[in-house]
Amino acid sequence: MTDTTTTDAAKLFTATDLVRHKLRKQKIVGAVFGSMAVIILIPLIALIICLVVRAWPSLTWEFLTDVPKRGMRAGGIWSPLVGTLYTVAFSLMIAVPIGVLAGIYLNEYAKDNWFTRIVHLAVVNLAGVPSIVHALFGLGAFVAFAGLGKCVLSASLTLAIMTLPVIIVSTKEALAAVPMAFRMACWNLGATRWQTIRTIVLPNSIGGILTGVILQVCRAAGETAPIMFTGAVFFKKIARGDLFAYNPMEQCMALSYHLYTIATQVPNVPESMLYGTAVVLLGFVLVFNSFAIALRTYMRHKKKW
Amino acid sequence: MVAAMAADNKIEIRDLRVSFGSKPALKGVSMEIPRNGIFAIIGPANSGKTTLLKCINRTIELEAGAKTSGTVLVDGTDVHKVRNVYDLRRSIGMVFPLPVGLPLSIYDNVAYAPRRAGIRNRAHLDEVVERCLTQAALWDEVKDRLKTLGTMLSGGQQQRLTIARALSHEPEILCLDEFSIAIDPVTTMRIEDVLVTLKESMTIILVTNLVQQARRLGDITCFLNEGEVVQTGDTELMFSDDPGNQVTHDYVHGVFG
Repeated sequence: MTDTTTTDAAKLFTATDLVRHKLRKQKIVGAVFGSMAVIILIPLIALIICLVVRAWPSLTWEFLTDVPKRGMRAGGIWSPLVGTLYTVAFSLMIAVPIGVLAGIYLNEYAKDNWFTRIVHLAVVNLAGVPSIVHALFGLGAFVAFAGLGKCVLSASLTLAIMTLPVIIVSTKEALAAVPMAFRMACWNLGATRWQTIRTIVLPNSIGGILTGVILQVCRAAGETAPIMFTGAVFFKKIARGDLFAYNPMEQCMALSYHLYTIATQVPNVPESMLYGTAVVLLGFVLVFNSFAIALRTYMRHKKKW
Repeated sequence: MVAAMAADNKIEIRDLRVSFGSKPALKGVSMEIPRNGIFAIIGPANSGKTTLLKCINRTIELEAGAKTSGTVLVDGTDVHKVRNVYDLRRSIGMVFPLPVGLPLSIYDNVAYAPRRAGIRNRAHLDEVVERCLTQAALWDEVKDRLKTLGTMLSGGQQQRLTIARALSHEPEILCLDEFSIAIDPVTTMRIEDVLVTLKESMTIILVTNLVQQARRLGDITCFLNEGEVVQTGDTELMFSDDPGNQVTHDYVHGVFG
């Protein structure tokens, strides 16, 4: 009796052509989409393996902390590494306050009128400008017009302008993810806009804002074009392991530009040093990216509604 | 004007019109809401009940595209001429149909408004939190876990938390917009009992879809339909067999539409 019931039930659920067709389609779609997800992993893994294998002989602590020697053909990459830290840090100091505050204004205070629409349009278009155009703008505006000359500050300002629109947009998105009902509830309780932002909106969007900022760190560190005309230099002699090597008003070396020059301008650089520099640059980006992902996971875990 | 004030009205609304774009929500509403009592507003969906409440504490200004005209007087003062709109909002407690627990602890939810008004004294805040949660019939359920997140409570509990929050800044006016929609009947009754005590010292505006709730609680009932006042009168009259208006009669007796 029981047996017949189960077979009947099984027939009921799988017998028709339509059901078979649906299940088959479901399987195919799953397989196609899944394989696409796997395909995007292949280039990244291949790239990392390829770089690390070729760079292996150079990947030592010495390589990180030593300055370049014998016309870049020996020594390490301390000088460009510190230079990159400098340009990125200064550009963040400029772009983060402006970008985050502008994002807060646009999402929390601005009314929907022609002015805000123009600002939005400007932000979106600025985000799409190629980095070489930013470089030329930086050269004209900061190096020449403002008279700063080629220096860390000019390079940082150029990078800041390049990262600013994305920071504004990601800040706006993070704030918009906080439900409107919370703001309404606070306003009904007599809280001002700023009190609402400070007590409810910001604490619940700070993770998203920081994630956006961190991703821009990677971009600022990796771009070559904006700094090559505005502040990066082929070689600068600094002391080994010196963290305070550069003056913001002088030029500095930078990882991305360093990689570009030793790959194209300097003959007979050992191959492992080239790949080693690339690995350090990539590692820089990966470390910051994973930091952003960890932060996002943590915030999602802590989500309060 | 002087004669009208003598009747001791807490709120007077004169020819209030609100429209969203080309769609009118309130088409010239006038009413007088007496001090200390329960003023019930009934009416079908889309009749402008919520919009009316938003005009009283001026949160209507925060809605995109809302155009307002007419006057709302609270204690004889035009709300549009009030300098400090935040003080105005603090003198009015608002409860909306969907519960909103702020992403803070239960304690901080209730202490939110007093803190924004500058109260820092811990003992005072403790007292406010206990009093408001008790009035909202929630204290017994949460007194041992005041530090847990308000958003983790069930829907009905969050709604009572919202009511507690609306009482936390000691408002003179309490607006309840279909507060019982997410609450079970037993708890609703407990809160209704609290409302009856509160009306001794507070002007309560009760917007409700449950006509029987208006009948139980309202001293005066106002019937709003499609942005216009159909009839305002003593609750007894409104629910009697002959309220003097056929539409009112049909609505409260469930033969509407």
